[in-house]
Amino acid sequence: MSAPPATPGHQLPREHYLNSTYGIRSWLLTTDHKRIALLYLVSVTFFFFIGGMFATMIRIHLLTPTGYLVTPETYNRLFTMHGVAMIFFFLIPSIPAVLGNFLIPLMIGAKDLAFPKINLLSWYIYLVGGCFVLYSFSTGGLDTGWTFYTPLSSVYSNSAVTPAVIGIFINGFSSILTGLNFVVTIHTMRAPGLTWFRMPLFVWAHYATSIIFILGTPVIAITLLLAGLERMFHLGFFNPAMGGDPILFQHLFWFYSHPAVYIMILPAMGVISEIVPTFARKPIFGYSFIAGSSIAIAVIGFFVWAHHMFLTGESTYAALAFSLLSYLVAIPSAVKVFNWTSTLYKGSISYDTPMLYALGFIGLFLIGGLTGLFLACLGLDIHIHDTYFVVAHFHYIMVGGAVMGYVGGLHFWWPKITGRLYPEFMARTAAVILFLGFNLTFFPQFILGYLGMPRRYHTYPPEFQVFNVMSTAGASILALGYLLPMIYLTWSMRYGKVAGPNPWPATGLEWTTASPPMTENFPVTPEVDWEPYDFAHRPDISLTPGTPALAPAHGDD
Amino acid sequence: MHRTGELYGQFQTLDQQRESATLGMWVFLVTEILFFGGLFLTYTINRHAYGVAFGVGSNTLDLKLGGFNTAVLIASSFTMAMAVWASQTGRKTQVTVFLILTLILGSTFLGIKVVEYAQKFEHHLVPGQGFDISYHSQNPSATDTPREIAAEKEELEKAFSRDPYLNSHAQLYFSLYFGMTGLHALHMVVGAGLLIWLIRQSIRGRFTPDYNTPVELIGLYWHFVDIVWIYLFPLLYLIDRHK
Repeated sequence: MSAPPATPGHQLPREHYLNSTYGIRSWLLTTDHKRIALLYLVSVTFFFFIGGMFATMIRIHLLTPTGYLVTPETYNRLFTMHGVAMIFFFLIPSIPAVLGNFLIPLMIGAKDLAFPKINLLSWYIYLVGGCFVLYSFSTGGLDTGWTFYTPLSSVYSNSAVTPAVIGIFINGFSSILTGLNFVVTIHTMRAPGLTWFRMPLFVWAHYATSIIFILGTPVIAITLLLAGLERMFHLGFFNPAMGGDPILFQHLFWFYSHPAVYIMILPAMGVISEIVPTFARKPIFGYSFIAGSSIAIAVIGFFVWAHHMFLTGESTYAALAFSLLSYLVAIPSAVKVFNWTSTLYKGSISYDTPMLYALGFIGLFLIGGLTGLFLACLGLDIHIHDTYFVVAHFHYIMVGGAVMGYVGGLHFWWPKITGRLYPEFMARTAAVILFLGFNLTFFPQFILGYLGMPRRYHTYPPEFQVFNVMSTAGASILALGYLLPMIYLTWSMRYGKVAGPNPWPATGLEWTTASPPMTENFPVTPEVDWEPYDFAHRPDISLTPGTPALAPAHGDD
Repeated sequence: MHRTGELYGQFQTLDQQRESATLGMWVFLVTEILFFGGLFLTYTINRHAYGVAFGVGSNTLDLKLGGFNTAVLIASSFTMAMAVWASQTGRKTQVTVFLILTLILGSTFLGIKVVEYAQKFEHHLVPGQGFDISYHSQNPSATDTPREIAAEKEELEKAFSRDPYLNSHAQLYFSLYFGMTGLHALHMVVGAGLLIWLIRQSIRGRFTPDYNTPVELIGLYWHFVDIVWIYLFPLLYLIDRHK
């Protein structure tokens, strides 16, 4: 493996976005997309801890078949709050609000997003929603499952459903405004010469994600509003005793929540599409297909929601249609995996930390995605629905996929965000620890599910104990894998080696400006006349200066 | 704070700024379509399931008030469009006049809504503990003629025989009635607030043919709120009317 080109001793720029103004008000009232991204980084990390704490309690409780840590009612609250915190307050905002906010203006050569004040408002709305949910967590919690199925959530539950539902409702507007901001920015604020097909794939991924934010989130908002109103005023939309229909709730809920999972994975795929060409020193294979597949996933993803409802009594014809569409939605994802792998072929690969996360992503996403097809198969789903097979499937995608994409992206752009490099050996070690811990945690859960262990149960038959113990052991290693980056990344902000503008080196516009960037991003608005990932016309960042790059840029595909 | 009409820091040109603002408003309206859409879907499904109860519910709504409100709102859309036109053609005083007219019409709409809601409250048609579809026919007010009351009682009798759970299902209708018109009214209140802001800006002469983006965008929003009502009115007031 080759080390990155030796960086001569770099200096931090004298003035950049972190030190341009001082004081708490300059941070809390900032409209600089880079600072807002860091505000989000702190908040989503906080909720990651909260969700992780619940996960820890779940896994400790499941060490023994009868469980000795909590009562059954409390167990219900643990998995519910784990899901709510992780999905709505960590995963959905993570890459878009942290990396997307930071990078999109830089990647398209703009000074900021189209609506910087709305960007800040998004963060405050997120906080308000978060406060409601924290209030719910601390006054008895929720026991309905993150899916809030009615009439348990709207009538019978004795937990703090109402504040949680209000919190998630409010948080939805944070997402909607972020999506709106991204769509408008990408349409109207690209630098001269930066056509749609010269944009980095990270931007394409966020455009597709923003489509889902815009079309899907309002539906969950109205659904939770109705469920909340039903609970508060004893209305009857979803309560069979009053003529309502609980299945209607499920349809409305999953109409958003399925596309939501694409909100969680598309940005991570965008990160991978940036990392892989950089550390293979080659343009990405099949640029237009990767761009198009992002849009395809966003669109087709809206048509598959009832695959979460195969066991609710929906008609065979409906189930067949949704099953077929679910198979179809896997195709664009597979296209990406093939393209990433083809990018690696005959590349000059270096195993820097971001690349380790990207390679891990490709493998784990593959497993998670394929097991999704198992679940989309009607006959098979009858057996494995609501078992640990489902739990393992979505954790492979959300943790093995999305979170690894997020952590890998944080590492990749850390020099740009902070101006400093993290300690490479420690980082690679942590990546390996994370990968091993993750697999030990979740692979046994596939087996458990297939053997029949139901999800959301606080007990299990004694013969399943060995797999549960493996899973808990893995979880402790996984926790270490997350803790280590938090420590050394924080350490590196003060003591890391100064990175310079382009340590990898990589081809994006963001790497042409200083690290950390100035508040206005670029001293002069760039004019773009090159193709993305174009190592051929950038001999300064090709294999060795003067030698031809390994493949022509995407213009030939 | 930037004065309106100046170039904001993140944009390169005023054109780009206007384009972004316009696209932003259209995208926001798309989210609103999806937001109301969930309610419309719920309404459609429930109406299909409980046609009898929904017919009864629909009959309790005052067609005169609802129809008048519809006319008022369409008129307000017209005055709003005139305000936009006036701003595009440099007629500064007319901009203010038309905006004030729009606000007056919008407030009229909201006032009549309050009257309608008060009526529902009196007739025990607000979903919750005291909901009773038969209350009005059994406790008529002084202004109801005996023939009207007899017709209402007969209608209710027929309805109950076709749907024993009429009260529950009618409560569903009214939950949706209040939910949908309430959400719509909330959007109108926001719109009224925006109009007040716009009027103040307009009085200061801020809107010219070169710069009238806020008028256009708030006009878009106002038209959207109007369109939602155009769908709400037939669905809630006109379907299955027997009288």
